[in-house]
Amino acid sequence: MLYYTLKRLGLAGLVALTVSFISFGLLYISSDPAIAMAGETASDADIEAIRQLYGFDRPILVQYFDWLQRAMSGDLGKSYYFRTDVSALIAERLSTTMTLGVSAITFAIVLSVPLGVAAAIRPNSLIDRIALFLSVMGQALPSFWFALMLIVFLSVSLRLLPTSGSDTWQHFIMPTIVLGYYAAPAIMRLTRTGMLEVLSTDYIRTARAKGLRPRVVLFKHALRNAVIPVVSLTAVQFGFMLGGSIVVETIFALHGAGFLAWESITRNDLPTVQGLILVFSLFYIVLTFFADLLNAWLDPRIRIN
Amino acid sequence: MSDRVLHVENLTVDIPLATGILHAVDGVNLHVDRGETLCIVGESGCGKSLTSLALMDLLPTKATRKIEKLELGGESILGYSEREMSDVRGNKMGMIFQEPMTSLNPAFTIGNQMIETLRRHRNLSNDAASELAKRMLEKVGITAAGQRLGQYPHQLSGGLRQRVMIAMTLLCEPELIIADEPTTALDVTIQAQILLLLKELQSEFDMGLVLITHDLGVVARIATRVAVMYAGQIVEEGTAKQIFENPLHPYTRGLMRCIPVPGKTKRGTPLGSIPGMVPSLIGDFTGCRFADRCELARDVCRQSDVPLRDPNGKVQAYRCIHSIEMLAKGGVA
Repeated sequence: MLYYTLKRLGLAGLVALTVSFISFGLLYISSDPAIAMAGETASDADIEAIRQLYGFDRPILVQYFDWLQRAMSGDLGKSYYFRTDVSALIAERLSTTMTLGVSAITFAIVLSVPLGVAAAIRPNSLIDRIALFLSVMGQALPSFWFALMLIVFLSVSLRLLPTSGSDTWQHFIMPTIVLGYYAAPAIMRLTRTGMLEVLSTDYIRTARAKGLRPRVVLFKHALRNAVIPVVSLTAVQFGFMLGGSIVVETIFALHGAGFLAWESITRNDLPTVQGLILVFSLFYIVLTFFADLLNAWLDPRIRIN
Repeated sequence: MSDRVLHVENLTVDIPLATGILHAVDGVNLHVDRGETLCIVGESGCGKSLTSLALMDLLPTKATRKIEKLELGGESILGYSEREMSDVRGNKMGMIFQEPMTSLNPAFTIGNQMIETLRRHRNLSNDAASELAKRMLEKVGITAAGQRLGQYPHQLSGGLRQRVMIAMTLLCEPELIIADEPTTALDVTIQAQILLLLKELQSEFDMGLVLITHDLGVVARIATRVAVMYAGQIVEEGTAKQIFENPLHPYTRGLMRCIPVPGKTKRGTPLGSIPGMVPSLIGDFTGCRFADRCELARDVCRQSDVPLRDPNGKVQAYRCIHSIEMLAKGGVA
């Protein structure tokens, strides 16, 4: 397990380095950063001055390592728009996004794993059909429409929940439902498929032939093997929620990192976009790393050769 | 009759399919005594595996089982609920499967899977169960048993895994073991070892053994009695000696012609084979199921079902309209 962990850690480090290089390069792919910084009315001399001031005239690798060194110490540069530190800006928004992401993925797991298991135990039963209905709905409903419907019913008609903002935990209920329900169908279907597949394996038959209680057969012998692909999927879904919850954040006026990303893109605020891409990618890498570790713990074939 | 471990009367297994009902097992009677090995022989699809699963009440959910009598150790277990059956499985009656590579759960150690079986049926502490599991692994010839308990199935070879399966099945010292092609997936040298092991353990624990196989070589090594199955029915039943020395049913005789006998079968002569194919068992079937492949078939064979009969009361029963004398002469009337 230690060897496996170190191997994964090394791999994660390499991916992180690659990602950092790409997100650094973004600044140069889109335009000349000196021109972008100087603004539309700047003269050639101004642009050249900025280029030298910020060191854009140095070789690209030198600039990269310089940037990387600063990024590692938490300095992601200054936002063109806000004129403040990008890292402080991201940190401030990230807490909202994390709160939403964690509660949404928890909601998705709590909803979809039990339903997926129940559907697999009795294929084509009523519960299976309900699960199928719920997952098709979740897949088909556009998040923005579902969010608006929730606002109409829960906030406007019933006056149960606040429509927007992020002041109390009640503000997070509807966004959690919308975002979680968006992620739930895939997890549910994968749980069901995995469970169905595992339930027809020889070792489940062995477990039954040993006289084990159905509960033990199901939750010890079957579920552990069935959730292995679900773990990887959930990690990806969670990473997606952190970066891609722009629609939900916008509708509920939760000013999180997704919303910031959207704002910064429309404002051409490259350092912020760059910082966000780096942070989101690192999140993905960390999540994948933990998902791999969790899978290795679940499946000894991964950790012991 | 106290020696009778298993008694089955009129077992039928039907599987509903889109094209009709598949009568996979049709009116099978079986009995096994303590210390006795009953081999059920037949080709793929003849219903032998379904028969074994039906005895354990582990049939796939869409298959339906009908059975008149099912007694284990003289006690009827026919009306048992699923909960009561699970008390019997792994405890009084155990099963060994064909695929040792996939029959153990990859996510748990050997020790974990053995201990859970023991603790399910016996009131034992974890340590006591672990000690028993270790001793059972030693009994099936596994070295470094204590260390094996901490290993996962994928760290063991196929032969070792089958030994583990056997040890796991024996933990609660069942009266009856059903082994469904336990050596088919193993290579030949390991096959012989596993068979020998089964035979030794069977006499040591004085169990009844039902061994399902399509390999007549296996049957010759281990069987006390043999039941030959064809298309869901037992077509011939008798002691191993009777079946090998004096097979009666044309199907059994056909099977025997397929085996080369050292010293007897001349080099270069083609081995026997049975022409034709197994009939479809979907829908109703009247008459002898082997008739289409039988050189002795008459019109009457196809007109009504042929019962399994033992005209001389010699325990060798066969399902054919022809007389023993005629069959013994190879059908030359």
